[in-house]
Amino acid sequence: MADVELSSVRKSFGAATILHELSLSVRSGEFMVLVGPSGCGKSTLLRLVAGLEEPTSGSVSIGGRRVDGVSPKDRGVAMVFQNYALYPHMTVRENMGFALKLAGLPAVEIASRTSEAARMLGLETQLDKKPGQLSGGQKQRVAMGRAMMRHPQVFLFDEPLSNLDAQLRVQMRTEIARLHRRLKSTVLYVTHDQVEAMTLADRIAVLRGGRIEQIGAPLDVYHDPQTRFVASFIGTPTMNFLPAALAPRGAAPKGAAELGLRPEAARLSSVSGAEALGGGEVALVETLGSSALVHVRLAEGEVVVETRADAAPAVDSPAEVWADPRALLYFDADGRRLRAAAGAAA
Amino acid sequence: MKTSRALAWLLLLPALLPLTLFVFVPAAQSLWLSFHETAPFSRRAIFVGLENYRLLASSPEYWHCVRATILFTLETAVPSIVLALAVALALDAGPYGRDFFRTAFLLPVSISSAMAAMLWLFLYNPTAGYLNYALERLGFAGPNWLGDPRWALPAVAIATVWKEMGFNVIFLLAGLSGVPAELNEAALLDGAGFFSRLRHVTLPILSPTLFFVTVVSVINSFQSFGQIHVLTGGGPAGETDTLVYNLYRDAFVNFRSGYASAQAVVLFALILAATAVQFRLARKNVHYG
Repeated sequence: MADVELSSVRKSFGAATILHELSLSVRSGEFMVLVGPSGCGKSTLLRLVAGLEEPTSGSVSIGGRRVDGVSPKDRGVAMVFQNYALYPHMTVRENMGFALKLAGLPAVEIASRTSEAARMLGLETQLDKKPGQLSGGQKQRVAMGRAMMRHPQVFLFDEPLSNLDAQLRVQMRTEIARLHRRLKSTVLYVTHDQVEAMTLADRIAVLRGGRIEQIGAPLDVYHDPQTRFVASFIGTPTMNFLPAALAPRGAAPKGAAELGLRPEAARLSSVSGAEALGGGEVALVETLGSSALVHVRLAEGEVVVETRADAAPAVDSPAEVWADPRALLYFDADGRRLRAAAGAAA
Repeated sequence: MKTSRALAWLLLLPALLPLTLFVFVPAAQSLWLSFHETAPFSRRAIFVGLENYRLLASSPEYWHCVRATILFTLETAVPSIVLALAVALALDAGPYGRDFFRTAFLLPVSISSAMAAMLWLFLYNPTAGYLNYALERLGFAGPNWLGDPRWALPAVAIATVWKEMGFNVIFLLAGLSGVPAELNEAALLDGAGFFSRLRHVTLPILSPTLFFVTVVSVINSFQSFGQIHVLTGGGPAGETDTLVYNLYRDAFVNFRSGYASAQAVVLFALILAATAVQFRLARKNVHYG
């Protein structure tokens, strides 16, 4: 276990700057998820920690030691790649033991560590197979096992579940969470899937355009986004955005351009009232099982409301969208969060 | 079903026709001729059974040719693969002027064997050649490259490697581009240095390509003719008299078609055996996907 510190790190490739003076502290044993859209620099950040890239300026420290110029193998990190990066010509056993073999560990020690990792990951029966004979989930487990073998101070995960199907992704997600609880290791985990981010992270760092937009505990980031971007990126289904003028009288702060409303915080009614944002008609109903997403077409745009499936109105029926004023978030024209007017909001 | 089969044959025809006319029929004829004795400038052929093969087996000159061919194959195939691999690895690292070097290495492949050999004939000239001139400037006395029995075969091999290496470079470069960058990065994190990565990651993944260039290089070496014909004519003292060159002389200089055909059949069997051995070795050492 070790903490990871990035101080004013800038990374450029030619004229293109991927990371802008970025600083980030990951506490020892913390599960930090880096989330953001494609091209935001999250994988580059991970590669800087791994030593696969060197920062253009700024510094990276692991366990209090500056690691600029230190080779990847001497940083005490292990990485799980998006495409697993298993050696296709080696068996699972050889893949897992490769690093220890290179380090010159005795065969008995390698065998014992391999068995231990295989037992933890349920790979005992797969040890003599080659990666080509394994399913996606098994490959991912081997990649994790290989990372565990070296007892690294920091685990780096680069979108490890993005190649798996939805069901397997959920399963592997819980396994990663369980593994982290057991190993208590420091983890930097890159994903663009915000469900992974919400479920796994101790803290989430939301990246955008090479800068950290917000860092915080998952629920803090969810309930208290600092920018419109974070509000729109975190949460499924995504937050509704409407003109601030629709807010109940006196609720919107000065300078508010838009209001944000989580679909689960919105309600449907057949009548209008003080807390109603507006009325329209139901354009679409997506039934998810116990709940349903009702798309209501207002004059100012479409609003998604999450309701109980059995309470969902019929398509084309009229509907009024209501919201608790305390659940409304406000943003200025530049997408910065504005606090609601006193007495009207959270 | 019938129509699609007819269409398949129709599409195969443009390839099958010349193959049949210029490969299969002559090969069958060679096999037939190898059991016959023919008179020069006549169509008469007398069946002699395995006599041509017996003559071959008991000919010291022929065994000398076998030895020369094996030596020539080793002296050309091994360096052309090892050097091509080194060049491909260097080019794959993305140096400045990568495309220029890639073209430069491929250029000799595109010129004819005879042209390439003529070039080397000038270079190897013991009195006016650039090679000995350069060696002399460095303080060494250059040998009589093509006239000295000790140097003739290596000299032809050097010219052959120069000409053929680019072919291997292109294939190995393509193979290297198929080695996922992530594997090398994973190996870096696992603590592998350059040579460990080469041995444990790059070469195993490159093995199907290496296997292909090995098979092709060995076959090409076995079949080399143009450069030997121009540079040494099989001499001096038969030192560069390879199986193909000996075959050519018996067929088109001495007009012993039956005897030469037997040599062609034996050469075919040797190449087949060499390829079979390589396939057998490949089973253990070549990793597909």
